[in-house]
Amino acid sequence: MRTATFNIWRGDADGGEFKEYTTELSEGMVVLDAMHQVQAEQAQDLAIRWNCKAGKCGSCSAEVNGMPKLMCMTRMSDLPTDEPITIQPLKAFPPIKDLVTDVSWNYEVKKKITPFKPREPDFEDGSWEMHQSDVDRIQEFRKCIECYLCQDVCHVLRDHHMHEEFVGPRFLVYSAALEMHPLDTEERKKELREDKGVGLCNITKCCTKVCPEGITITDNAIIPLKERVVDDAYDPITKLVQLVTKK
Amino acid sequence: MEDYSTHEHDVLIIGAGGAGLRAAIEASTMGASVGLVTKSLLGKAHTVMAEGGMAAALSNIDERDGWQVHFADTMRGGQYLNNWRMAQIHAQEAPERVKELEAWGAVFDRTKEGKILQRNFGGHAYPRLAHVGDRTGLEMLRTLQDHGVHQGLDDYQECTVTKLFKDGNRVTGAFGYDRESGQFRVFKAGAVIIATGGIGRAFKVTSNSWEGTGDGHALGYEAGAELIDMEFIQFHPTGMVWPPSVKGLLVTEGVRGEGGALKNSEGQRFMYDDIPPLYENQTADTPEEGWRYVTGDREARRPAELLTRDHVARSIVREVKEGRGSPHGGVFLDIAWIKEKIPNAEEHIKRKLPAMYHQFMELAGIDITKEPMEVGPTTHYVMGGIRVDAESQMSSVAGLFAAGEAGAGLHGANRLGGNSLSDLLVFGKRAGEYAASFVNEKGLGELDPEQIIQAQEEALAPFKRQDQATTLNPYQLQFELQDLLQDKVGIIREETSLEEASEEIDKLAEKAEMVAVDGNKQFNPGWHTALDLKHLLTVAKACACSALARKESRGAHSRIDFPDKETGHWAKHTIGLRKDETGKMKVHHNPIPEIPEELQKIIQEQG
Repeated sequence: MRTATFNIWRGDADGGEFKEYTTELSEGMVVLDAMHQVQAEQAQDLAIRWNCKAGKCGSCSAEVNGMPKLMCMTRMSDLPTDEPITIQPLKAFPPIKDLVTDVSWNYEVKKKITPFKPREPDFEDGSWEMHQSDVDRIQEFRKCIECYLCQDVCHVLRDHHMHEEFVGPRFLVYSAALEMHPLDTEERKKELREDKGVGLCNITKCCTKVCPEGITITDNAIIPLKERVVDDAYDPITKLVQLVTKK
Repeated sequence: MEDYSTHEHDVLIIGAGGAGLRAAIEASTMGASVGLVTKSLLGKAHTVMAEGGMAAALSNIDERDGWQVHFADTMRGGQYLNNWRMAQIHAQEAPERVKELEAWGAVFDRTKEGKILQRNFGGHAYPRLAHVGDRTGLEMLRTLQDHGVHQGLDDYQECTVTKLFKDGNRVTGAFGYDRESGQFRVFKAGAVIIATGGIGRAFKVTSNSWEGTGDGHALGYEAGAELIDMEFIQFHPTGMVWPPSVKGLLVTEGVRGEGGALKNSEGQRFMYDDIPPLYENQTADTPEEGWRYVTGDREARRPAELLTRDHVARSIVREVKEGRGSPHGGVFLDIAWIKEKIPNAEEHIKRKLPAMYHQFMELAGIDITKEPMEVGPTTHYVMGGIRVDAESQMSSVAGLFAAGEAGAGLHGANRLGGNSLSDLLVFGKRAGEYAASFVNEKGLGELDPEQIIQAQEEALAPFKRQDQATTLNPYQLQFELQDLLQDKVGIIREETSLEEASEEIDKLAEKAEMVAVDGNKQFNPGWHTALDLKHLLTVAKACACSALARKESRGAHSRIDFPDKETGHWAKHTIGLRKDETGKMKVHHNPIPEIPEELQKIIQEQG
């Protein structure tokens, strides 16, 4: 029977170390299966966060050989097994235990984004007319499963720890989905510029590369948001009009 | 005694999937202080896995649809064991609940006229499922979550409830632990809503996430509520069968709704071989007619692949058993064939079924636009649950409510696809509303310190056994239970194996008292599994007892020894389970209330 060896990070907020586990492989196995096998057979208390095991809930994010991945969608057959595979928690968030990190910051950030507010319904039954072409763009953003892999890989958060100044790719996508929602009436450009740090993204597109949902985060969400924010704050024609009318 | 923190709420909601969140929004809007407890992080509940859509007679595609048709379809699908009043409320209120989601920001797929698009699904007479590609559950859950967090509710994420507190016949709160820290929490509440979802994890092959351990079913039962319909477990006909690591993972009925064909190893569309009498008038005679239905021909009838799930699952089992299965013990589900019918089929499939395309490509290396999938039945949903009042969702225990999969009555002997998401919204809202009213009237109850001590001792027991000589591994015991139910309480049942199952469950329950766990209370999955095991054993016993009691075959319940549907006693009774004074599970036969004449008329008109 073929086996694989893993170096799994075991520890908590006070620190930890890599421990080696070897387990048997079976056909079609993903990394999460291997972690569960280790848990059931060798390390009962190995902390793993997971839910659907189908790439739909975004719970089992971790770093596999240094790459942010969903463990449930990473097949063992795609990994080299001639040397140990490293499994560690997301680096951008504080560790709780083993592979589980404290992602509560994301919930706090989201809560502070101005929520959706629709225009008055178009019809008496409380419904609206919206065409598929009006919603194609935001349906892409709404595919997000909040796995936070984009947050983990973003150097502004990962290396510079600017969690106070920058909301990260996930919440720029979220803001873009609200801003571009055909029914929404709220205004978020000012908060995006002043509080959410949209200017801090320097378009390295790392987030787009790791998104398991294939959302074109940088090109379709962040760049258009940057343009809107800049147009709003620095549009020369608006400035000129303001100058002439002395407003 | 260890420390615990105490939290006081008017309404405590256990579970933050669709039903729990919708209940939380309603109760908060009514001014109640709400505590929302979830085993996972907020927004990760099993609802995200719902794919096909939510059924509501919006009549956006076919104006002949209406609540009456939806009601009749639901009753027929449930083989008339449904609680008729719940089926009526559900059909009448679902359209409002869907529109409300749109007002909260949900973005459904659209018709050419710019309305919410609806798709075909098994057992529904007209295109009825509002959807977003094949990720409708995610859209719904995210919308409720993002709206809900601004309503002022308090959430307790990664927290598990292990016991309900009572004062006489009234529920007064709950005991739980924080998964992350292991700290205990005591909740004092005027009303408790159980919205914990299903029991799929009692079986080996399931589409359910780890959370589906029947916590709510067991908590309710232990607190004195009645469970009904527990023999009716929906085996979804199409789960993945290969590779082994994804066995059971759901393949949406939307594949068949878009024209997917079920074929055996001989290439036959076997679903056309056996059409049940109840559906003869509504089902296409040929695959050709079925395809015309899928493409919007109003005169055509539904393809046989869109018969109800119970029937499709049994047909697949038959094909496999008679030697016409696929290489890995399933049958073929082919959507690629539609390229014979439409141009750009590949693109069409990717747009309509993006998650399925992704899932097969990533996990099985199969391109569904070119090759057929291999599928077979997987444990998906439990029709049974806590018996509730149709209007208020309150159980027989004062102040204890249940909604969604944990509540029972709406679906009878078999649930129609798409009726689950609408169930969550309609009855989640009602549970929230009536729970808040209940507290307004009755206030909070009193907590009994003795019950707190007892709950804590039970939770800590697996650690205390560490030093004993005969200890057992919680994971291994869970695997044993899953194998047992899969083998003996599965799709096809009979007296002897059900009796064996029942006895073996009792033995496993004794063994569960010897389970010990390593480590400490901080995020310790071994401990979590040991505590969940108790709930799983309770629901397993409930399924086995009910399946033994119902001596006929109906809906999702098939007995080899009683292969026919009865027209006498069993057509008019549901099975109820209560804990008696000695702690034993007692079986009751509950007569079904007579369906009022005007609703009878609707059912007959829709025949």
